[in-house]
Parts: sequence; structure tokens; C-alpha cells
Amino acid sequence: MSALEAIPAAESETSVLAVPGAHCAGCMSKIERGLNALPQVESARVNLTARTVTVTHDISLDDHALVEELAKIGFEAKRRKKENAKPFSAVKPLLGPLAVAGFAAMNIMLLSVSVWSGAEGSTRHLFHWLSALIALPAVAYAGQPFFKSAWGALKHGRTNMDVPISIGVIIACCLSLYEVIVGGEHAWFDSALMLLAFLLAGRVLDAMMRDRARHAVDALLGQAAEGALVLSEGGALEWIAAENLEPGMVMRVAAGERLAADGTILRGASRFDQSLLTGETDPVAAQQGDKALAGTLNVDAPVDIEVSHAGRDTTLAEIARLMEASTQNRSRYVRIADRAARLYAPAVHSLAALAVVGWLVAGASLYEALVIGVAVLIITCPCALGLAVPVAQVVASGSLLRAGIMVKDGSALERLAGVNRALLDKTGTLTLGRPVPDAVTLDTLSEAEAGIALALASHSRHPLSRGLADALMARGVVPVSLEEVKEVPGVGVEAAWQGVKVALTRPEGTTSMGVALAIEVQPTRLIPFADRLRDDAREALDGLAKLGISSSIMSGDNAQAVAQVARETGLTGQAGASPADKQAAIARLQAAGSRVLMVGDGLNDGPALAAADASIAPGSASDVGMQAADFVFVQESLSALPRAVRAARATMRVVKQNFALAITYNVLAVPLALLGYVTPLMAAIAMSASSLIVVGNSLRLVRAAK
Amino acid sequence: MNGLVLLIPVALGLGLIGLGAFFWAMRSGQFDDPDGAAARILIDDEDEDEPQ
Repeated sequence: MSALEAIPAAESETSVLAVPGAHCAGCMSKIERGLNALPQVESARVNLTARTVTVTHDISLDDHALVEELAKIGFEAKRRKKENAKPFSAVKPLLGPLAVAGFAAMNIMLLSVSVWSGAEGSTRHLFHWLSALIALPAVAYAGQPFFKSAWGALKHGRTNMDVPISIGVIIACCLSLYEVIVGGEHAWFDSALMLLAFLLAGRVLDAMMRDRARHAVDALLGQAAEGALVLSEGGALEWIAAENLEPGMVMRVAAGERLAADGTILRGASRFDQSLLTGETDPVAAQQGDKALAGTLNVDAPVDIEVSHAGRDTTLAEIARLMEASTQNRSRYVRIADRAARLYAPAVHSLAALAVVGWLVAGASLYEALVIGVAVLIITCPCALGLAVPVAQVVASGSLLRAGIMVKDGSALERLAGVNRALLDKTGTLTLGRPVPDAVTLDTLSEAEAGIALALASHSRHPLSRGLADALMARGVVPVSLEEVKEVPGVGVEAAWQGVKVALTRPEGTTSMGVALAIEVQPTRLIPFADRLRDDAREALDGLAKLGISSSIMSGDNAQAVAQVARETGLTGQAGASPADKQAAIARLQAAGSRVLMVGDGLNDGPALAAADASIAPGSASDVGMQAADFVFVQESLSALPRAVRAARATMRVVKQNFALAITYNVLAVPLALLGYVTPLMAAIAMSASSLIVVGNSLRLVRAAK
Repeated sequence: MNGLVLLIPVALGLGLIGLGAFFWAMRSGQFDDPDGAAARILIDDEDEDEPQ
């Protein structure tokens, strides 16, 4: 931990960078050694869980330079925004309470077992006092997560699962304390703490799952440009972060870079890939005087752009505002555990009250009647019920995570289980969202041609070159060695191969996407590119249909492109939908009684993803898309859709079984409590047994995502 | 009874030491990077001169 504890000297600072590519011990040592070798770096330490590296360095080395150094070492890095530099953890605040509850429960159980096995008189009295001394501060500390949540619900006139838990624990402690003071026979401190320990263990598991999913999603984020090289009046270039860009600045955007602000093109001409913003597949040509929007990708050539809107004023920010408004719909959803608590809490509380009244009427003393009433409350305290939902969801999410589907929170599984209608975006969702070279044309290339094409393509960062290189490498093509390689911006790559001039360029006189492979003396080969349907899109859609979910396409692309995909998939589709149109379509379906699943990736899908009952985004989605979606799947295949729905439905089945088990337990235990036969020993056994059964039943979900 | 006077404080004391150790570990960041801690043991320390 020396890296974190080192006190930075006056002229050094600490930066946190995200390195999504770090995944093993080798990566860690490469990054740490590489950065430590730099003279300006005091220390560097990788956090593999959060996929970040914390660097203490001289202020002469700025974040942008650090990103470049990491790129030299071979890792793509991204500056962390200041506000989320420190990874947020949902687990940490729960670990302390869990440790205290576990410690106290074990020690009190030690004393309780002695009492149950026959300690009497002054020994029992001493043991009860010791239990009270351990239990009261422990409950006061470890019970806080429950007390706070219960108080929050009561304040708003609602009730949740934490209300009966808190009441049960507090009443058990008060009664036990009274018993200890008057030297009574039974103390329930062990039950109270065991309950807290079990429930906290469930919550910690739940929080761990959400932390894991969030780390995985955070590591994928990073497509939006975060800044730009700004051209100063002297002609020097300076990196300026997106939030500090101002209208009037001139930014130089290289090919393959995303725009950080809206603006007007001053010099140069290029084409811009707007698919994240509008869903349109084909890049849009723009030249001097035309507008270019933040979040679009500069495809062809470097251009100088004068910033017209930056930060909160961009088109991008407008979409973000639309999204905020639509998340309100989602927050109205009541989780199944809380719905159960709404029925459960009043039932057991009135049952306990009835028991007190009943015994009083039957002639018992007030003290006896109260003891029985409290015993009812303690025995019905929803230990199994409290575990029923989180444990099932944790096991199912773990299974989904192993299958490459990240679940952002437990309620998403509940909402997904109920969907009966799906809307799918086209670009990047049904299709891969990136241009792929035509397979038939690649088949016709000779070995030498393919080798030359791969060697040329690997020298360029142009999206088409990268797509070509990926496709050829996947076919096992071996690149030839080239000389005098030169990339001409806006044109292509040229080189010499065994004395022959070769080039990979933009084809002339054609409007469709493609590259031309020119080898001297031979005819030029044209390789067309197109966005392709994901491999198993049809199977995935059939899978959804079998689950009773009817799907349709909702795209921002033009009618012709949508019609083609609609034909291939056999779905109906709507073209030219704006972000607001998509949102409205969902509202219409919801009003007609459908539960809508939205699948999309772009910025333009953000509002719809937030408004739908449940939403899924591919791992290639925009930051906004991934943050708005409940689920993110990282594999190429669309089979994640039916798989996630099946897992969600299986989870709901297990949750309902768990509820049934917990209620059966109550049906058996409550009559005993009402008759006054329940002792602390019986409560302890009943509580552990019912919890273990519920956990065991939930473990059946380990293969839910298969 | 005399045995208890000694044994109970010993039992509780040992438990408290464990609890204290856990809180120390949590505060000092031992649980910040469980995956990294698992992987770090595989890194070779070839260059001993490099301070960690």
C-alpha cells in the first residue's frame, strides 16, 4: 500500500486512470514497471478489481501524457472523471456491521448454549448480563442499515421488509433486557443478532454483485470524447478537457477520433459516423461550413472545427436531459420484497396484538400476555423472507455474469421477468454497428493479395482498415512485410512490396462504403463494406418469440436500411425515429398494458432505455446507453436476450418458492408461539433451518443462464 | 465458577482482537482490490532494486 500512503510532495499529484484492458498479473506488472520507469512517476499501483491505475507523479506530466505512455506500454487508458476517481463501493459500509453482528452472535451463542444446557441461578444471571453487554451495543451498530431504511420508509408512510425486521429486533432486545433485569428465564439476544448476521450476509452478497457489475460496466465506458486538441493562435496544439471547451475555440480532430463539442468545420472535409447519435449507419459527408455534432466519429480525414456549443449545450447533453425525465417512471417500480412486506408486516403485527389481547381475555397476567406477543413477533421476524429475494438474485446474477451478461441491480431481474414486448434498435443492436468487409469478396482474394491488404490495413487506425485487418486476421491470413509505408490522411495507406507499389485507398467515384486495394500492374480490387446482422439474430428473436415476447424494430436510420433488416429478421419496423419518438412509442405500449423491453446501444436510445420497463445494451454501446440500461451483454451474440429473460423468469420462480417456504415455516411456528411454547432455543433452530432451506433453494439458480 | 472468571474474559478478548484486526484491515484498504491481491502473488520480482 506504499503507493497510496506515500504523501505526495508539493509538486506532485495523484491521478486515477481507467485501464479496461488490465486483467491479469502480467498486465499489472507491465503497467506498474512501465510507469515506474518514467522519471516523473513516483509510484504507480494497479487496482485489478476496479481496473484502474493510481499514479503519483510530477505535475509536469499531465493526464493526457499518462494516457499516451500507457498506450506505448500497450494499454488503452482513459482519464477518470474527478467525481468518480475513487471507486464507489456498496459493500464497504456493510462489512463493519456484518463483522460486528457475526462476532456478537457467536459469543452470545456461546453463552446461550450454556444456558440451554442447564446453567441455572447466578451463573445464568451472569451469562444473561454478559449477553446483554455484548448484544446492546452490537445491535445499535450492526442494525443501523435496517433501522435507517425502515425509518426512511415509515417517514414516507410506506413500509418495507426492514420495518418488521427492525421492530422484531428492537422488541426482542427490550424484552430480553427486562428479563435480564428481573432475573428471568429467557433472553432472546442470540436470536436478534443471528437474524442481523444472516440478513447482513445476504445484503453483502447483493452489494458485491452490484459492485462487480458496476466495475465491469465502468471498464467498458469510454467512447465519448473527453477533450480535444485545441489550436491556439500561435499555431500550437494543446489538449483541453471537454468540460473546459468554450465556443470559439478551434479543435483539431484526427480521423478515428470522436468530437467533444458541437461545431462548424473551418478547414478540411471528412465524413462523420453519427450512428451513436441518430442510428444512421452510413457516414455523413461534411465540408467547410457544415455543422458537426459532439459524440460523432470523424471517419476520413483530420479537420479543424470551430466550437459552437460545448458542455451542457451540446446535442448530447440535450439527450441526457430527456433521459433524466424518463427515469422517474422506473423509480415508481415497487420491488417484490417490499410488496410482500406490505402484506406481511400488518399481518404479523396484528397477529401479535391479537395474541396479547387473547391471552389477557383468557386470564393471563399482562406480563405473560406481552411475553407471548413478543414471542410471536420474534418467531415471525422475516429472516427467511428477508433472504428470499436477495440470495436468489445474487446467485442468478452471478450465473449471468459468467455468461457475459452484467446485471446492474436486482430489481432489473424482477422487471425483466414480466416483459411481453420488445423494441430493438437496429444499428449496433441487431447489427454489429461497425462496417464489416464483404465475405464473398475476401474469398476471391489470392493469398498474396490478402497478405498485402492485411499489412496495409494494420498501418492505419481508420475504422475500415481496422475492420479489414480484423476480418483478415480471423481468416488466418499472414501479413507480408512492406517497405516505405506511408499513411496519407483522407486517402489511404501506400507502401512498396518487393519493389511493387501497393496501396489501400478510398475508392473513387462511388458513394457506398468500401476500400480499394491497388497493386501495380494488376487491376484494382474493390472490397465493399457493410454493417452486418449479428450472426444469431434470427435464433435470438425466435427465442424471444417462444418466451411469449413479440419484437419489433425501432430505428433512427432511414426507411430503406430498416426495411432490409426487417426483411432479414421478419420483424416489423419503424424508421426515422428520434429519441423522443422512441420514448413516446414505449409510453404508448405501456399505456396499452404491455411491459416493454428496450434493446439499444446509441445515445439516441438512452431516453427509451431509461423509460422502458427493462432494458438491455450491448457492450459496444455508447456510455449513455450502457449507463441507462439494466443489463449489459459483452458477447457478439444476441442470444443474450432470450438467455437473460429465461434467467430472470427462473429467478422469479425461485423467489416465489422461497416465499412459499418462508410462509410454510410461519404457518408451523406461529401456532406454537401463540400457545406460548416457543423458547429462545426453538427460535434459534427455526431461524437457522428456514434460512438454510431458502439459501439452498436459491443455489439451484447457479445454472440459470445456461 | 472461578474458571469462568478467567475463561470468559479470555474468550471475549480473543474475539475482540479478531474484530479489531478486521476493522484495521478494512480501514487500511486491504479489501480494496481482492482480485489484484490474488493476482499479485504471480508477479515475479526480477528487479529487486525496484521499491514496491
